[in-house]
Amino acid sequence: MQLSTKLFGTSYQFRDVKDVLAKANEEKSGDTLAGVGAQSIAERVAAKAVLSQMTLEDLYQNPVIPYEQDEVTRIIIDDVNVTIFDEIKNWTVEHLREYILDLEVTGAEIRRISRGLTSEMVAAVAKLMSNLDLIQAGQKLRVTAHCRTTIGEEGRLATRLQPNHPTDDVNGMLASLREGLSYGIGDAVIGINPVEDNPVGTKRLLDALEDYVQKYEIPAQTCVLSHVTTQMKAIESGAHTGLIFQSIAGTEAANTSFGIDGKMIQEARDLMLKKGMNEGPNVNYFETGQGSELSSEAHSGADQVTLEARCYGFAKRYQPYIVNTVVGFIGPEYLYDSKQVIRAGLEDHFMGKLTGIPMGCDVCYTNHMKADQNDIENLGVLLTMAGCNYFMGVPMGDDIMLNYQCSSFHDDASLREITHTRPLAEFEAWLEKQGFMENGRLTKKAGDASAIM
Amino acid sequence: MNNQDIQNIVASVINEINKQTKAPVYAQGNTANGEVPDITAMGNVLNVPDPANRSAYEDMLKSTSARIGVWRAGTRPLTKTWLKFRADHGVAQDAVLSYADQAILDSLGLVQLESQVADKDQYLTRPDLGRILSDESIAKMKQEVPANAQVQIVVGDGLSAKAIDANIRDILPPVKDGLAAKGYRVGKEIFVKNARVGIVNCIGEILKPEMILLFIGERPGLGTAESMSAYLTYAPKAATVEAERTMMSNIHRGGVPPVEAGAQIVTLVEKILSQKASGYDLEL
Repeated sequence: MQLSTKLFGTSYQFRDVKDVLAKANEEKSGDTLAGVGAQSIAERVAAKAVLSQMTLEDLYQNPVIPYEQDEVTRIIIDDVNVTIFDEIKNWTVEHLREYILDLEVTGAEIRRISRGLTSEMVAAVAKLMSNLDLIQAGQKLRVTAHCRTTIGEEGRLATRLQPNHPTDDVNGMLASLREGLSYGIGDAVIGINPVEDNPVGTKRLLDALEDYVQKYEIPAQTCVLSHVTTQMKAIESGAHTGLIFQSIAGTEAANTSFGIDGKMIQEARDLMLKKGMNEGPNVNYFETGQGSELSSEAHSGADQVTLEARCYGFAKRYQPYIVNTVVGFIGPEYLYDSKQVIRAGLEDHFMGKLTGIPMGCDVCYTNHMKADQNDIENLGVLLTMAGCNYFMGVPMGDDIMLNYQCSSFHDDASLREITHTRPLAEFEAWLEKQGFMENGRLTKKAGDASAIM
Repeated sequence: MNNQDIQNIVASVINEINKQTKAPVYAQGNTANGEVPDITAMGNVLNVPDPANRSAYEDMLKSTSARIGVWRAGTRPLTKTWLKFRADHGVAQDAVLSYADQAILDSLGLVQLESQVADKDQYLTRPDLGRILSDESIAKMKQEVPANAQVQIVVGDGLSAKAIDANIRDILPPVKDGLAAKGYRVGKEIFVKNARVGIVNCIGEILKPEMILLFIGERPGLGTAESMSAYLTYAPKAATVEAERTMMSNIHRGGVPPVEAGAQIVTLVEKILSQKASGYDLEL
């Protein structure tokens, strides 16, 4: 394995695989803050050149945290299909990139190869790709899943309705819920981020959602995004939920700081298959985001793109219904501006799909980032072209509980309109029945929340 | 095409025309002074032109501050709704990049220091540098601020200098008076430009006060850049972690008004000094 190269006669030497992976990233403020990023643009390209000639076996043998030390590494390595890995272990990362982009190679063939990949390989190939590479390759990779509705099919663009309220007020939550439904939003999940994280509060919100969803026979999954253990207690006390949620990270230490491990997620999945509202088999909902490991000081000196890919490797074991990166939530010290957020969104979607999980994206930004609504509208268009499974839907993009901005009901409707994509099939039929949609387009009635009180 | 067909077409065209003339009319506000009305003064107005249940919709608008009932132009927001949203975001962004009003800092007689951060770009990307004073500021502080105070007050701009401009003149005097009335020794107040909360640890190591009370601007929300937080740390030192601080947020006219917050803070200081603990170790 070679760890050095020259560009225009100048030598570049790298310490190890982890160092090459970190320096091969496109610029991210989080990698700079962690002190692992490239020192110059030329060094960045030199790292990409070195990475391109590594074999998949080099990456398999050198996870960014050793197998013995980290549960996430163990889950990723243990879930690799060894027959498929043996077929491709001598490929270089350069070859993997060109294989994925080859017009003769189908998405199904790539999906098979992906069963032989570790997250370090998934991250490595993303680091060699341009933004358009990530879009084109992403579009090839269809990953579907089924809970009550089927997500991920071609020609469909789903949405998470996020009717949050700053005091968990049920009437306020229902107001935003109705407004969203009237714009055709909610087919991926109707999911509330609660203010208070306790089983009683979680059950109260889940009960309110269930009552409403049953009254109008809405074919959608419901969820209250408290801690997984809180949701499990709520379920044990009789609450009905469509999906079970948890934020996850790419290292064992970061997962520990989130209060979770693999065993807990498996127990949550088993509980849902036993007591959840829907048939499944995909019943888990995960959220991730570049930089979360560094923010919990649990990054082990690895870069944020590789750690993000490891989140997906971890997620894959539990066959989730939906996974989304909350790409601009974490702040400018990890993703500085719109350029970095757009890059991260495209990377995350591609890496998720290559890993084999049904990937969506919360295209978003905080008020201290150098980004605005125009920038995340751009990212929404790019990701829709890349075949992203779903986006968030929030009234006018203003989340009054989490205090950040993301895609609005209007944005989601526009993305469907300009790309001729439709809601998930079961949900589209419901929208037609309610008179909000006809032939895949919003009707004059759409946008009137008082039609479904 | 028979007569009935033609009549149907005419009827539907007339119907369409009628609908168009029923397009919503928006309040124009007071244009008497020749100004375009202030879009940010527009409350939660129901813009849906012909709702199925108007009174139920109006109740929904009262139940949440979410931007609902906004209607649409095609699938896009109406112009006024869009501009109001951009205005709300605009003031938030401006606040992040702004500096505290020099006249206010001077009038309060604060000892003015800086963190190691060079500019706002660096402030946003290097939180670590916002937690340490510059070498010049350390020298200045040692010279001008007596060590070992019982309560050392520090003011930092944080993510919104506008929050300091809006609140600090109203909160500092009552807090100082309240602490003096209780007989506490209050140190000479400090202002730190480009400060993060962790600056408390740096100052604590050098001045060794019994506790530090920090006022700092919060990350602005949409349309609200004036919210300030207070962080109270007992015996701050380099190794102090966030869980060892007691925090009070949402101090501004529309939240906990500064004078009221000041009274609550004096009570908190009393508890912290009597229990010799802050954060998770403090019993409230």
